[in-house]
Amino acid sequence: MTKILLISIVIMIFIIIFQISKASEYVSVLKGEEKSRKQNNRINAFLLIVFLVLGLIGCWWCNNLYYGKTLFVQGAASEMGEKIDLMLYITIAVTGVVFFATQILLFWFSFKYQERDDRKAYYFPHNTKLELLWTTVPAIFLTVLVVFGLKYWFKMTGEAPKNSVVIEVTGHQFGWEFRYPGSDKILGKKDYRLTKGSNSLGVDFNDPASLDDMHVPATVHIPVGKPVKFVINAQDVIHDVGLSHFRMKMDAVPGIPTTLWFTPLYTTEEMKVRTGNPNFVYEISCDQMCGKGHFTMRGVIVVDTQEEYLKYLATLEPEYWTVFPDKKPGAQKTATTDSTKSKASLAAIMPAGN
Amino acid sequence: MSNTATLQTVQEAEVHGVHHHEHHEHHETFISKYVFSQDHKMIARQFLITGMIWAIIGGLFSVLFRLQLGYPNSTFPWLEDLLGHWAKGGKLQPEFYYALVTMHGTILVFFVLTAGLSGTFANFLIPLQIGARDMASPMLNMLSYWFFFLASIIMFSSLFVQTGPASGGWTIYPPLSALGDASSGSKIGMDLWLASMAMFIISSLLGGLNYITTILNMRTKGMSMTRMPLTIWALFFTAVLGVLSFPVLLSGAILLLFDRNLGTSFFLSDIVVNGKILPNEGGSAILFQHLFWFLGHPEVYIILLPAMGMSSEIISVNSRKPIFGYMAMVGSLFAIAILAFLVWAHHMFVTGLNPFLGAFFVLLTLLIAVPSAIKVFNWLTTLWRANIRFTPAMLFAIGFVSLFISGGLTGIFLGNSALDIHLHDTYFVVAHFHIVMGVASFMGMFAGVYHWFPKMYGRFLNNTLGYIHFWVTITGAYLIFWPMHYEGLAGMPRRYYDFSNWESFKMFAGLNEFISFVSMIVFAAQLLFVFNFFYSIFKGRKVKDLNPWGANTLEWTTPVNPGHGNWVGEIPEVHRGAYDYGKDGREFIPQTEPIGENESHH
Repeated sequence: MTKILLISIVIMIFIIIFQISKASEYVSVLKGEEKSRKQNNRINAFLLIVFLVLGLIGCWWCNNLYYGKTLFVQGAASEMGEKIDLMLYITIAVTGVVFFATQILLFWFSFKYQERDDRKAYYFPHNTKLELLWTTVPAIFLTVLVVFGLKYWFKMTGEAPKNSVVIEVTGHQFGWEFRYPGSDKILGKKDYRLTKGSNSLGVDFNDPASLDDMHVPATVHIPVGKPVKFVINAQDVIHDVGLSHFRMKMDAVPGIPTTLWFTPLYTTEEMKVRTGNPNFVYEISCDQMCGKGHFTMRGVIVVDTQEEYLKYLATLEPEYWTVFPDKKPGAQKTATTDSTKSKASLAAIMPAGN
Repeated sequence: MSNTATLQTVQEAEVHGVHHHEHHEHHETFISKYVFSQDHKMIARQFLITGMIWAIIGGLFSVLFRLQLGYPNSTFPWLEDLLGHWAKGGKLQPEFYYALVTMHGTILVFFVLTAGLSGTFANFLIPLQIGARDMASPMLNMLSYWFFFLASIIMFSSLFVQTGPASGGWTIYPPLSALGDASSGSKIGMDLWLASMAMFIISSLLGGLNYITTILNMRTKGMSMTRMPLTIWALFFTAVLGVLSFPVLLSGAILLLFDRNLGTSFFLSDIVVNGKILPNEGGSAILFQHLFWFLGHPEVYIILLPAMGMSSEIISVNSRKPIFGYMAMVGSLFAIAILAFLVWAHHMFVTGLNPFLGAFFVLLTLLIAVPSAIKVFNWLTTLWRANIRFTPAMLFAIGFVSLFISGGLTGIFLGNSALDIHLHDTYFVVAHFHIVMGVASFMGMFAGVYHWFPKMYGRFLNNTLGYIHFWVTITGAYLIFWPMHYEGLAGMPRRYYDFSNWESFKMFAGLNEFISFVSMIVFAAQLLFVFNFFYSIFKGRKVKDLNPWGANTLEWTTPVNPGHGNWVGEIPEVHRGAYDYGKDGREFIPQTEPIGENESHH
């Protein structure tokens, strides 16, 4: 019932608007087309200046409503992120000045130089000095922005510091897997053709470096204040490790490993206080369209203090033991936990949406 | 009045025009006149109307997926009636949500703002404004439309296949688009997408080659390149961009078809999908992105340049002032066209691109801001001390400038790679490109339609509806896309079906609802325009004056309803540039008027 009512209201509005518009055409013929054209001209010129004023108020209002929800308020959670925020502010300031100046001129000129009988348009086809002025001034400002930008770009994309904590991140439809290199600090080799059963990442266990590697799904712990380097892979399609709190992002491409690194500034607990949100978590969002479950492809980063981090690492078992339960010291006793574990990692390679 | 002489000869011509018309009637059938027409004006109308139908479909898709984004917890039983199993229980299924997003992008970018925009106006305006009887090859021109039609049919049919249309985003990145196992939209729907796009590229090449040839070879006597209206310059560069870049997309599409159907590995390597280990090795998924964006970025300017050209023309005509800095306007169009080829990798800053290479793309990308700034300031100076008539076309042209500024400035954020890392694939990008190439180009397109409708159909569009259309559209555009920047600055990713499980992004539910609501109103306002368009073709106020806007360009020297061949008798000779408005105290001096003895030089 409400549906029919709604549709008929919309149709009524259409008909009314149309009838008014048609009538206005007849009226303008009666009044004299030139006269009504000039009247329309005045109305629209006035509306343009109204649009400008309301638009400026709207900008301010929108900012009031939503600034608090942007990431500026909580600040960047990584060292480089703070510089990115600064650069964002500078860019907003520069473009903001240009934005307001040009929009105000555009609408104000439109209003001020509306057609009037006593006005003649000023013949002004070109002026080389003016044109040079607005070629060079933007060029100078842009140079400044480019210099800043490239400085940070090279820093961000440059080599991670030697003391970085290295963690491997693997994306698949629709979830994240993480692998710690273990005490040897070397990630074991992988070969996608070995992906089978509980060896969901295709780790090559003939490589001795892989024997102490630890595999965890969905949630990764990292220490605060230390550079962390992610080595990023994808198994099926392109994904993207989106770390908005750290202002970082990097695609996960099948067949082509990528890396990113950052230094977290605050632990998850500290961020709960900073944001005033007791549920705060650092989330990894998949930022590259990857299929129907794209929007569910969520990972969590827990930033721990150094002690908590080490304590956490100590609770992890090498993946080697999970894949080959018989190789685990004292295998008999923990058989039950093993089988649940391998089920869990089997579930991890199956797409979530099914 | 000084224009009486020209007007008189033109009126005489009109009388002849009727004869001419009748004469033609004898051997023109319905099929040759309205269907397989070789008249550039009819082909333009075919492009325009097909484009409008696509725009309604593409726009409707956005309203449908905005329902999901704005009201994620509601169900709409009528959706199930409409879409069947794609909206089980009145809720869009994620697969279909992504299919809608993909089709919305594909349709709007290619079918509406490429074919519908430059297809319409290049066809319509090039012969009329340079003084030619038709395109260099009317036959190829006709084929250009019919290949587009074929592309449309194939794309449309993909909406009805069991596994759904392509759903990997309009950028169709492999491996997602290459593997049917990864997404149901990558099954037959994707093959249809690629086949349709191949047809579309053929259409665009046939059209583009024709436009270039016509502009270079068929200008009337006296119409030197530097006397051409800016619309023609813009359409010329658009055609050059299309001809040079579309074949690269074709190659990408064909390689992708091979990967999909013939077992090649151009874009595939090391893949395990759904537990299946694929044999493909050695391909590069990133290679496709290079091929795609080598078209994809020029494509942005293929969409934008015609709107720039038309807005320049319309602003000058209605300001009653010459466009400020004609040569600078041409130069900046040229600069933009060149730079358009050298910046494609700025779409790929987060793919693991070599940072050193990336630096050059940053530099070249931000360089585009310079010619863009020149254009904006020149438009502003054109308005300065003008005597402005606010026809609906003029309002849309002003709206174009406003949106071009707003969307252009956010490009400075995204082109700067260090910031792009943070903003990439967030709603900031969605806001940016919708404003600068979506709505701005639509504004230019509407400006063109309102301005040249009298020439196309010999009648006027209803003005009041035009004003309502403009005000709702520009207000709506800002209400929809301005707040999206804030969502982007909060890191909210694009192409998400639902945000409610995300601690970081769920706080924008209210705003999303607002945006969805406004988008419905704006869509309704476009239907008003469509209604106005078709109503006015048959019932609009008739054009009595040959030159209703008092413009200088050649199209207004043709009869009100020009027949095939445009001019009756000789094609007029051109003696001056297109922008002698307000010169020597005269309101306008048509291009056909010889330079007077006492005329001032500038």
